[in-house]
Amino acid sequence: MINTKTIALLAVAALCLLRPMKGFAQTDDDALMMAKKNLCINPTYSYSSWDHYWEGTFKRNNLNLGTVSTQSVSLMGNYGITGKLNFLVGAPYVWTHASAGTLAGMHGVQDLSAWVKWLALSPKVGNGVVSVFLLGGTSLPLTNYLADYLPLSIGLHSKTFSGRLMVDYQLGKFFATASGTYTYRDDITVDRTAYYTTTLHQTNKVYMPNVESVNFRTGYRSNRWIIEALFSDMITLGGFDIRKNDMPFPSNKMESTMVGVHVKYVTPIKHLEVSAEGSYTVAGRNVGQSKSVDAGILYILDFSKSKTKQP
Amino acid sequence: MMVKSAFRLLWLLVLIAVMSACNKSVSDRTANLPPLAPSNQDLNAGSWLPILLSRPDTFAVAAPAATSSPAYAADLNEIKGYQHSITSDQQSKIDYWAAGGVLRWNELLRDLVAKYNLPPYQNSDGSYPIPSSTNPFAYPLFPFSNPPYAARAYAYVSAAQYDALVACWFYKQKYKRGTPYSVDSTIKALGGKTALASYPSEGAVLAGVAAEMMQLLFPDEIAFVQQKLQEQEQSLIMSGAAARSDVTAGEALGRQVADLFIARARGDNAGKAVGTPTDWANFSTAAEAKNQVPWISLETPARPPMLPLFGKVKGFLCDSAAVVALRPGPPPSTSSDSMKEATLAAYNTIKNPTREQTRIVQFWADGIGTYTPPGHWNAIAAQDFIGQNYSEVRWARNMALLNMAEMDAGIVCWDIKYFYFNPRPTQMNPAIKTLTGVPNFPSYVSGHSMFSSAAAAILGHLIPARAGAYQSMAQQAADSRVYAGIHYQIDCTVGMTVGQNVGNYAVKRATLDGAE
Repeated sequence: MINTKTIALLAVAALCLLRPMKGFAQTDDDALMMAKKNLCINPTYSYSSWDHYWEGTFKRNNLNLGTVSTQSVSLMGNYGITGKLNFLVGAPYVWTHASAGTLAGMHGVQDLSAWVKWLALSPKVGNGVVSVFLLGGTSLPLTNYLADYLPLSIGLHSKTFSGRLMVDYQLGKFFATASGTYTYRDDITVDRTAYYTTTLHQTNKVYMPNVESVNFRTGYRSNRWIIEALFSDMITLGGFDIRKNDMPFPSNKMESTMVGVHVKYVTPIKHLEVSAEGSYTVAGRNVGQSKSVDAGILYILDFSKSKTKQP
Repeated sequence: MMVKSAFRLLWLLVLIAVMSACNKSVSDRTANLPPLAPSNQDLNAGSWLPILLSRPDTFAVAAPAATSSPAYAADLNEIKGYQHSITSDQQSKIDYWAAGGVLRWNELLRDLVAKYNLPPYQNSDGSYPIPSSTNPFAYPLFPFSNPPYAARAYAYVSAAQYDALVACWFYKQKYKRGTPYSVDSTIKALGGKTALASYPSEGAVLAGVAAEMMQLLFPDEIAFVQQKLQEQEQSLIMSGAAARSDVTAGEALGRQVADLFIARARGDNAGKAVGTPTDWANFSTAAEAKNQVPWISLETPARPPMLPLFGKVKGFLCDSAAVVALRPGPPPSTSSDSMKEATLAAYNTIKNPTREQTRIVQFWADGIGTYTPPGHWNAIAAQDFIGQNYSEVRWARNMALLNMAEMDAGIVCWDIKYFYFNPRPTQMNPAIKTLTGVPNFPSYVSGHSMFSSAAAAILGHLIPARAGAYQSMAQQAADSRVYAGIHYQIDCTVGMTVGQNVGNYAVKRATLDGAE
């Protein structure tokens, strides 16, 4: 999923904690742009797991789940319409698994994500450059996968739309990027005809609270290397807590605070970059305490007649 | 140029968002029902056969004040006072309750069952605490309203409502006091009109029954139910459907009839259904003595079996001899080739489920945190009863028939489960993963199959035009347990047959109670 934290976290959010695929050279939550008529192809593998989760605020393990893991392989592309306007699209195939208990894991194609990323302003400030980005994104389930099967569903099956403001400041080879995202989530339809949240609902439609998230990253950025520390925080604007020993539900209140490290390296091989990331959930509510790693390669195809220098 | 194209794309995304943004409100399917408008008032219901009451007038209801009396004039003035300045919130509560008291209390009961249907979290030593009615508001909350508990709860509330409304109808016909809006034309009928006599109020009877039954069934919810009782009674009065004196008499009658059912419930053996560690061990010993692999809990830590002595509970339709007579022959021996084949079949079924199969599994799962399979059949029945325009008393009678069948199906099923103590497919082959939680009790026979088949039998009798539909729903509910990997086919096949046999007891009662 090229979708960001936000959307990924949603999907994840649940206990399944799918991570956003971030190995992207130029993703929807970094301050890098593809050059005009350049296409970046980015396959990524990601592995995420947890053996503790928060039932409301109560942190516990569950011997009937053991370790819940999520693997995904995603493919995404980022095309430079211009140097200041990028279009990103991608989708993952996801597998879930519980190491204990009897519940069967799930697998399948999850959601299509698409973003438009616009570098709106980039004035010089002091000795550095401030870049202001506006992004709009959407995610659409690609298959009729089962959402109401947490923590082993592959996603939440909600159509979403996100708006993001991102500001980056680069001073020499050091930078900091901050962004805030608001994600609208559509109601979902579940297979059952009634469900209990804090009261009984006699319908198969589920109201999904919207989501706010912030992302902060800072570190070293050169033409060859990006080494950065990550911090992200997401919260659903509503929802309800998992009750003691109850099953999770797609419209649970979900909060998650993650820290991580991301490294990208532009290899000596022309047009080829590699990327890796690790992250850890330090606090949460109604989500799994996931540890995630991912690794991806980025291959850049240049369709411009006159070769443009990579950012 | 660049800015232009950026805006074009952003507009496109906004458009997509707006198109997908149309679904952000969820409402219940019974949220906006019209007032109950019975096609037949069932004026003779005072002569229908009650369940526990020996006579419809076992509990005396004093004659009401005449409509010309000062006391009744005061009742009417109270209504006029409310109607003088009715708020939209008050009107929406009137509308809610006007759709039918049996329906609304049934929904509230389903809500409570779902709320309390949570297995207790383990102690630090790996044992499990047992909810206790003598220790309310402490974890684990009482009750754990699992399927047998829920089946019994629905049955007691429905049966008590039915008896109380039989008595109510008896007195309505005896006293024939009109509704406030029919006595005084300046009073509006804000919740619909009925030709039925008003004293005692049927809505208040239902409220009284519910409030009283909660002492036994959901003791932590007495305050919640009391609040609903007041809301319903207030709505009845504000709507002009009942005078204060109609409501007072109705609630008192409801409580008295409910007390009969509470007394029965205290002695029906349900309190002992949890059993003791010795009981639990005896089931294993008995199975081993028959050279059978005994059932074990597939949870970690191992959880004691769910209500193993529920088969000893006193049913409404089947007595203890009938429970034994309804018991089917044994499942295939756990060491037999046919058991091996059945286990292999279960394994092959869950290997590559289709999306339609997972849909069916989830649709019928009714697992923890839900209103259970009997609750699901209450929901199915309620949806169809709404379209039948029943009177309240017929609503109550039909719900009572359904829920007595469900409770007795639970009793007979639990008797069979613990008589044979047969393992689940996953116990025989741990490679069998499941598409829903494995219930913590033996496999043979399937509870879903029995509940569903019993429900289909009585509902098909009540609404013959839907009999085929109920039968296929029941079959699908049974199949869902096979698709989920938690039952052998034979558990469901036999469960469907025995369930129908239990359902037929309810059908038989239906033909004899004077309502048909």
